[in-house]
Amino acid sequence: MGAIRLEKVKKTFGTLDVIPGVDLDINDGEFVVFVGPSGCGKSTLLRLIAGLEDVTDGKILINGTDVANEAPAKRGLSMVFQSYALYPHMTVYNNIAFGLKMAGESKEVIEEKVQSAAKILNLTDYLERRPGALSGGQRQRVAIGRAIVRNPAAFLFDEPLSNLDAALRVNMRLEITGLHQELKTTMIYVTHDQVEAMTMADKIVVLQAGRVEQVGKPMELYNNPTNKFVAGFIGSPKMNFLGGELAKKYDCHEIGIRPEHFAVSTEKGEIPATVKIAEHLGAETYLHVEADGLGPMTVRATGEIPLGEHDKIFLTPEQDRIHRFDAQGLALAKS
Amino acid sequence: MSTRASTLTGRIMSAPSIIVLFLWMAVPLGMTIYFSFLRYNLLSPGTEEWIGTLNYEFFLTDPAFFASLTNTLLLVGSVLVITVVGGILLGLMLDQPIFGRGVLRLLVIAPFFIMPTVNALVWKNLLMDPVSGMFAWIASLFGLPAIDWFTNAPLTSIIIMVSWQWLPFAVLILLTALQSLDRDQKEAAQMDGAGPVAIFFYITLPHLSRAITVVVLIETIFLLTVFAEIFVTTGGGPGLATTNIAFLVYTQALLQFDVGGASAGGIVAVILANIVAIFLIRLIGKNLDK
Ligand SMILES: Nc1ncnc2c1ncn2[C@@H]1O[C@H](COP(=O)(O)OP(=O)(O)OP(=O)(O)O)[C@@H](O)[C@H]1O
Ligand SMILES: [Mg+2]
Repeated sequence: MGAIRLEKVKKTFGTLDVIPGVDLDINDGEFVVFVGPSGCGKSTLLRLIAGLEDVTDGKILINGTDVANEAPAKRGLSMVFQSYALYPHMTVYNNIAFGLKMAGESKEVIEEKVQSAAKILNLTDYLERRPGALSGGQRQRVAIGRAIVRNPAAFLFDEPLSNLDAALRVNMRLEITGLHQELKTTMIYVTHDQVEAMTMADKIVVLQAGRVEQVGKPMELYNNPTNKFVAGFIGSPKMNFLGGELAKKYDCHEIGIRPEHFAVSTEKGEIPATVKIAEHLGAETYLHVEADGLGPMTVRATGEIPLGEHDKIFLTPEQDRIHRFDAQGLALAKS
Repeated sequence: MSTRASTLTGRIMSAPSIIVLFLWMAVPLGMTIYFSFLRYNLLSPGTEEWIGTLNYEFFLTDPAFFASLTNTLLLVGSVLVITVVGGILLGLMLDQPIFGRGVLRLLVIAPFFIMPTVNALVWKNLLMDPVSGMFAWIASLFGLPAIDWFTNAPLTSIIIMVSWQWLPFAVLILLTALQSLDRDQKEAAQMDGAGPVAIFFYITLPHLSRAITVVVLIETIFLLTVFAEIFVTTGGGPGLATTNIAFLVYTQALLQFDVGGASAGGIVAVILANIVAIFLIRLIGKNLDK
């Protein structure tokens, strides 16, 4: 059981207002991902929930009780750190057992819980090793094991996969998702990796400069961003923003079109453009083009298309996929 | 860099310094060993003759030897305990963001730059003197009688002085080690429900083990040969109360002019130092090859 609710949570470091006031509801069993650009306060918000930083103001409710002034251990949360933060002089077994030992559990209970966590995480053969003798992925699993055994109300992850190589990251991503499905415990996960956010989350929280820009299901954010920041942040490559005459035609200040929402033709279309660079990835092709009178744009076409530098092309946006924004950058209803 | 040619070049290049260092050590050692088997007293020149192990027998059966051996071990042991424990406590304090930390750090390090003779004189005349010393004055404020430190607690006084001298070294090494402790580890332990005491014993202390080993090994080397502090303050007395092995060798050589006996004492001291070194390396040296 772990429903977490933030009410007007504020954090200042000296005079620096890092979190000006966040309200957020996290339901029991939900997988919530915090995303946002570097320095936007994701880690700070997570550490506030964990109790590793004191809130300047506001309430943090876990299952209805305000824990804003409780010690970290009293909150019943577990955290997995980016650096893993394993205890280097203890064996894997003792690393995982440490929290239970501190809680005063008996030897038998500790043994049983550690063994079962080790089994879930494929660590049984490594229990007597020190962290120094493990690979990055194994260390990551030990860190997760340490979090699991305490049977927390919620797991907190701060960019847990950013030290792993690409292939392993994909693996661990699936493992963590699998773990969530198995345990059904609330998880809060900080990342700046789009793909992690989109694939793992039940709910994404987009942060900018300590403010919540939008909260929603991944596809909701993708299809209906409430403002230009979210529209630009979610989705890769980035959404194209076009102003001027074209925007006037759609009766707004600026329009946004995702790179994947164009039809590409060499004969006719709405926007004439010249290819600058073509990136051929096999399954898809990224075209970096210069649109006549509109400036640089990115287009994503499926499959191999035989286009290269200086080729003239015509782009036609999918009409129902055009996002419209007003002068303040807020989204207007789809035309 | 590990072809046969490069290894050979390396050996040739480093040979001169190794040879010089070896001679630097071997010649005095050889001469000392040689002298230790002679009757060689500066008061009766020209009578040097080979007397076998007689010098050793005299030195080792001299009651002063056991007294000074005990004193040496007491001195080394006490100073090690005081500096390591004190060093950890001061290191922990200086690692906190307290007011005036920069100045405090400087003050804590300062004693290390004072030479032992000056250190001893300051303690003897300004602090511990029963008439004009500061401790006597403080005692008088409370209406207590002054303590005559060097008469009533001579070895303790020496231990205090030497500890004061070596505490900065311990603090310096341990503070650096403390600063290299990952903040995440402490926070992880906090999340795991460890309080400050548990964090100290389960996280901080194991992290410090290597630094503590370095402090103990290096300090032991120097503490076995403490001399200036004793020479300046108590002169080894009263009686033999503050005579350590180094000081005993000195009294043999330069007060009794017995070069042969002093050489034997010196060799015994070298052997003792090696025993202590082997013992320490066995005991804690494994902390170094992590
Ligand atoms: N202890 C601190 N003292 C002062 N400022 C801090 C402190 N911790 C964080 N900050 C500031 O708060 C802001 C948010 O930091 P935070 O670490 O939460 O960012 P983040 O979103 O996690 O970034 P990243 O993606 O790079 O990890 C930054 O501007 C940072 O400089
Ligand atoms: Mg961060």
